[in-house]
Amino acid sequence: MFPRAFEYVAPATLDEALALLAEDPDETRALAGGHSLLPLMKLRLAAPRRLVDLRHLRGALGGVGAAGDSGAEVTVGALTTYHALASHPLLSERYPVLCEVAGAIGDLQVRNCGTLGGSLAHADPAGDLPAVVLALDARLEAASRGGATRRLDAAEFFRGAYTTALAPGELLTRVHLPALPARTGAAYAKFRNPASGYAVVGIAACVGLGEDGRVATARVGVTGVGEVAYRARDCEAALIGQEPSAERLHEAAARAAAGVEPLDDVYASGEYRTYLTGVFAERALSRALERARGAA
Amino acid sequence: MVLSRTVGASIKRREDPRLVTGQGQYVDDVRLPGTLYMAFVRSPHAHARLGRIDTSAALQQPGVVAAFRHADCDLVLTTHAALNPQKPPPPHPVLAHDKVRFVGEAVAMVLADDRYVARDAADLVEVEYEPLPAAASMQAALAEGAPLVHDDFPGNVYLKMERNQGDWDEARRQAARVVRLDIFNQRVNSLPMEPRAALAEYRRYDDTLTLWSSNQVPHTLRSEVAKLLGMAESRVRVIAPDVGGGFGSKLNVYPEEVLTAWAAKRLGRPVKWVEERRESLLTLSHGRGQIDEIEAAVAADGKILGLRARVVGDLGAHLLLFTALIPVLTINMLVGPYDIPVVASELTEVFTHCAPTDAHRGAGRPEATFLLERLMDRIAAELGLDPADVRRRNFVQPGQFPYTSVVGSVYDSGNYPAALDKALQAVGYEQLRAEQRRLREQGRYLGIGLGSYVELTGVGPSRGFGAPVWEAAVVRAEPDGTVTVISGAPSQGQGHETSFAQIVAGELGVPFESVRVLTGDTAVGVTGIGTFGSRSMPVAGGAIAGAAARVREKALQVAAALLEAAPADLEYRDGQALVRGQPGKAVTFQQIANAAYAAFMLPPEIEPGLEATMFFDPPNMTYPFGTHVCVVEVDPRSGAVQILRFVAVDDAGRIINPLLAAGQIHGGIAQGIGQALYEEIVYDDEGQLQTASLMDYALPTADKVPHFELDRTETPGTTNPLGAKGIGEAGTIGSTPAVVNAVLDALLPFGVTHIDMPLKPERIWRAIRGRSAAGQDAAVVAAAEEAPGTAEPSHVPPGQEGR
Amino acid sequence: MKLPIRVTVNGAAQAHEVEPRLLLVHYLRDVLGLTGTHVGCDTSQCGACTVLVDGAAVKSCTVLAVQTDGCEITTIEGLAELGPPPPTPSPQEGAGASPQPAPASSSPLSPQGGEGGRGERGLHPLQQAFWDQHGLQCGYCTPGMIMAAYDLLRQQPQPSEEEIRHGLEGVLCRCTGYQHIVAAVQQAAEQLRARTAPAK
Repeated sequence: MFPRAFEYVAPATLDEALALLAEDPDETRALAGGHSLLPLMKLRLAAPRRLVDLRHLRGALGGVGAAGDSGAEVTVGALTTYHALASHPLLSERYPVLCEVAGAIGDLQVRNCGTLGGSLAHADPAGDLPAVVLALDARLEAASRGGATRRLDAAEFFRGAYTTALAPGELLTRVHLPALPARTGAAYAKFRNPASGYAVVGIAACVGLGEDGRVATARVGVTGVGEVAYRARDCEAALIGQEPSAERLHEAAARAAAGVEPLDDVYASGEYRTYLTGVFAERALSRALERARGAA
Repeated sequence: MVLSRTVGASIKRREDPRLVTGQGQYVDDVRLPGTLYMAFVRSPHAHARLGRIDTSAALQQPGVVAAFRHADCDLVLTTHAALNPQKPPPPHPVLAHDKVRFVGEAVAMVLADDRYVARDAADLVEVEYEPLPAAASMQAALAEGAPLVHDDFPGNVYLKMERNQGDWDEARRQAARVVRLDIFNQRVNSLPMEPRAALAEYRRYDDTLTLWSSNQVPHTLRSEVAKLLGMAESRVRVIAPDVGGGFGSKLNVYPEEVLTAWAAKRLGRPVKWVEERRESLLTLSHGRGQIDEIEAAVAADGKILGLRARVVGDLGAHLLLFTALIPVLTINMLVGPYDIPVVASELTEVFTHCAPTDAHRGAGRPEATFLLERLMDRIAAELGLDPADVRRRNFVQPGQFPYTSVVGSVYDSGNYPAALDKALQAVGYEQLRAEQRRLREQGRYLGIGLGSYVELTGVGPSRGFGAPVWEAAVVRAEPDGTVTVISGAPSQGQGHETSFAQIVAGELGVPFESVRVLTGDTAVGVTGIGTFGSRSMPVAGGAIAGAAARVREKALQVAAALLEAAPADLEYRDGQALVRGQPGKAVTFQQIANAAYAAFMLPPEIEPGLEATMFFDPPNMTYPFGTHVCVVEVDPRSGAVQILRFVAVDDAGRIINPLLAAGQIHGGIAQGIGQALYEEIVYDDEGQLQTASLMDYALPTADKVPHFELDRTETPGTTNPLGAKGIGEAGTIGSTPAVVNAVLDALLPFGVTHIDMPLKPERIWRAIRGRSAAGQDAAVVAAAEEAPGTAEPSHVPPGQEGR
Repeated sequence: MKLPIRVTVNGAAQAHEVEPRLLLVHYLRDVLGLTGTHVGCDTSQCGACTVLVDGAAVKSCTVLAVQTDGCEITTIEGLAELGPPPPTPSPQEGAGASPQPAPASSSPLSPQGGEGGRGERGLHPLQQAFWDQHGLQCGYCTPGMIMAAYDLLRQQPQPSEEEIRHGLEGVLCRCTGYQHIVAAVQQAAEQLRARTAPAK
């Protein structure tokens, strides 16, 4: 219930924050919404020596805007709260799946605090947003001391349980969502742990149809099943170039957990998780397909 | 018994203005200067020899004042229902002595002037353990060569009890069929939203101790603390202020409460302990925990000729107050609302290297109802009968009351068929069965489950029960005519400040607003027993009604003196005493009270004052009853369950406040749904608790319970002047089997006969597939599996989010 | 090492030096003596600790007091002073916009509506409704439930029963089975709507 003692600083600028994070990266953690980190600290499973609170950077790193050529892309600041994501009109228009997922994470109070960047950087194996950014093929922008920035593909970002490709002292600053072509739809289907609210399995599917009605693009992001959120490549391969019949979806969905060692916990066994992955992948794919057809 | 206007009225609660404005006072809200905060060091092992305890690092922390272990405080609790007549119960030291026997057992405590520092310091205490093999389940404890929890109890058995009424073998012989069920009734945690807390202050110059505790039985706590600290009871005051839920788990004397008092006395400073939720999941007494084997010898028409039950009760590592009693209550309620002529039962109570168990909402009776109600449905399934008909065929009939069951309980009053019929009508049973058939053809699985119950409330009399179970009340008119009521039964949410006032306002005919209720403070007014076992209305209410009646009687005497009439010529109506036939000659209760205290106009034979005390020992227990009906849809692909409807018809005799009664039923049903579908305490083989936080222990949230449709019948009880029966636990008792029966009813086409609680989706999924492996039903499952998915079902089951 | 914080709590300015690890709930309870906000768990789930920070409901057990420096906090003790929740401002375009649901500059504390929308003894309509509908038993989750309901009604002034049940997922109640809580929120929603007069 009570965290161990630590030092706390709330820098006024991003540069200051990056400098602080680079000083002693093993013992320093960034604090965004705090709803992943603080619970760990209260259980004394994490005890960083120093917290760098990003609260004053909400102006610079919060908010949603159109970007790129002709404004077809959308950039979301890392400190955008789930609540802001859920209700943003631009996201609702272009990436409704993100609004739906953000609007259902945790609960009302959590959504007022938790942030997109915090969730992605924390990389909880059962968090919802990693699956969604994988399916949307987002590019994640990170900054480090001295002003250096780089972009990482979502597909290379999640490395293991609570482990990302961020280097020590690096901070996630923005998420870039690419424009989705016409006839593309995305959806998320999740089996929720009734106690924690996290995903027992959560599948985000983004399906794009060609003019011939066959599947042109398919990206399936899976969370809750393995140690880390992943792209279900076998599932995707089974769809691309194919007629998206119900049977085809069913068959592809059955491969969504292929090659993944499923988690086993007091709520659900690995065997059941694997099975559920197929069921929910099918639901996500169906829904995504429905949206793709409607988005001509 | 006059009881008028206010009794039966849905008056909103007296308690609420302070609670909705944050002005309630729970234990941690009480502030005393100089308070030290206490944190416990708890065993990480389920079974180990306890070695050296080094508190030196802890004591060096700034702000840390003291650290104690068994060598400093070797008190042993003496409060336990010691049901084994041949052997004294094993000692339960408040701090572990040479061994620890469950994960979480308190080994040491540290005290600091800040709650954060106390936790830091507790983490610095070093304890040597020599881990030993643990028996962390009933099966493990009963296995050959199992490690012993207590050396004096070979085979880990505390108590074995056999009762045979009638001839089971003959019943078997006569039966057309024997229906059998094996049931595991899982441990749960009461999970009151306020974890335990205690604050003690010792005044050395006065030799008095005050202990605030989040507790249901402050008087029992007082007695034990006084005894253990070597103080007179009159010098110990226990206050249960606002208490944030109990549900049986705070019906106890815990080591932590005793240690809070002890430390305050030892250190001469106030000491406060506030439990963390993890501690609470680990060490607050757990509920349920039984392995039940039940067999019914059944005639072809579904009539039960005899019942045989083998119950194994999981006591945990130590006996707390009622630990050993709870499984006995299961045995006592084995016939339920049914007229069963033969019962053979065998009870084995087992120690395990797990947290102690004790009362949890229903305390032994839900377990009995559960096995009976599952049995009724199995009888129906195996004989091809309707589950409602099987119940009707077996019910005790309205003309049979008072009914002495073959296990010895005397049911005072009831009408079980009426409640069942009302529930079935409310839910539209026939239409639902038709709907169920229609949906099955579409590959959808609707289930309808019944939970008919009778339950035992207001235990008594004391001599029959072998323990004090009376309740006391003082009803005191103040000189100004307002009334103070003092009861030994405090609230943990039941609203006694309101309902008790209603009783007295009704009896005395005074305005509800003029009656004030005080409970929960052993120094105020009257001693008592406490709040548990749904005794507030039948027993505490009986005492209050009785005391109020005595006040009314005396009021008439005083009135007679004032009106210069004979008491026999007076009537008491609407708060006035009037001379019959002489409308002008009347005095109000207020005038009577004024006079009673002013006294100068009273004749010498009338003692001044206007108050009465009553100690009410009920002549018998009283038996509320009802039928719950649950309607579910089960998704055979994922195993997810959605509750579509829940109907409850309950009869708790005369209802004092229908609004509060409905709240009790709602809350009880939610807890029953919790046990049926979501909640479980899970230990691994080493006795490590796997469900030690709300991240794993699934308490139902608002979206997981349906809208409840309530109705009632009212069959007055006969054990108290109110005609009231207890209602607090009934909701949990009827609902758990209704939910489980509904799910299993939905799964009948798959040939599933039983699934143990909680009915998590995976268990349902496995049951469907496991059974289908045996043959016939494979086609049904295969169809469900292989069929290409359509859009999500129109009802999105909880546990699944679409989109 | 203690750090200074300045916060406004229920309309009153407060200044203290606190340890960074001090949770907001303990600051409110132990330092300010506002014990209406309760602690019911240790994993940020039960919601009994819910308060408003700059108008938004948060779990005060999962916020450090130092994170609220400069903020306006409303606890259950201050609710009666609040009128109907202010309407949610529409999120602005552009990456530079503040994502906070209610700008810190607008005071949620000024009573709104003609008659102030008070119930008996000056209760806020939510408090009145919980009382009228028997939406509490032991009362321990109630402050958190009411503060969460306040934010729910701010975001959805006319919630359906399902929206209420989902909106209150973040507060656990062990006593009521939630039905009367739903009724209370529905009553409060109606009363608050009635007081949000079209012209001000």
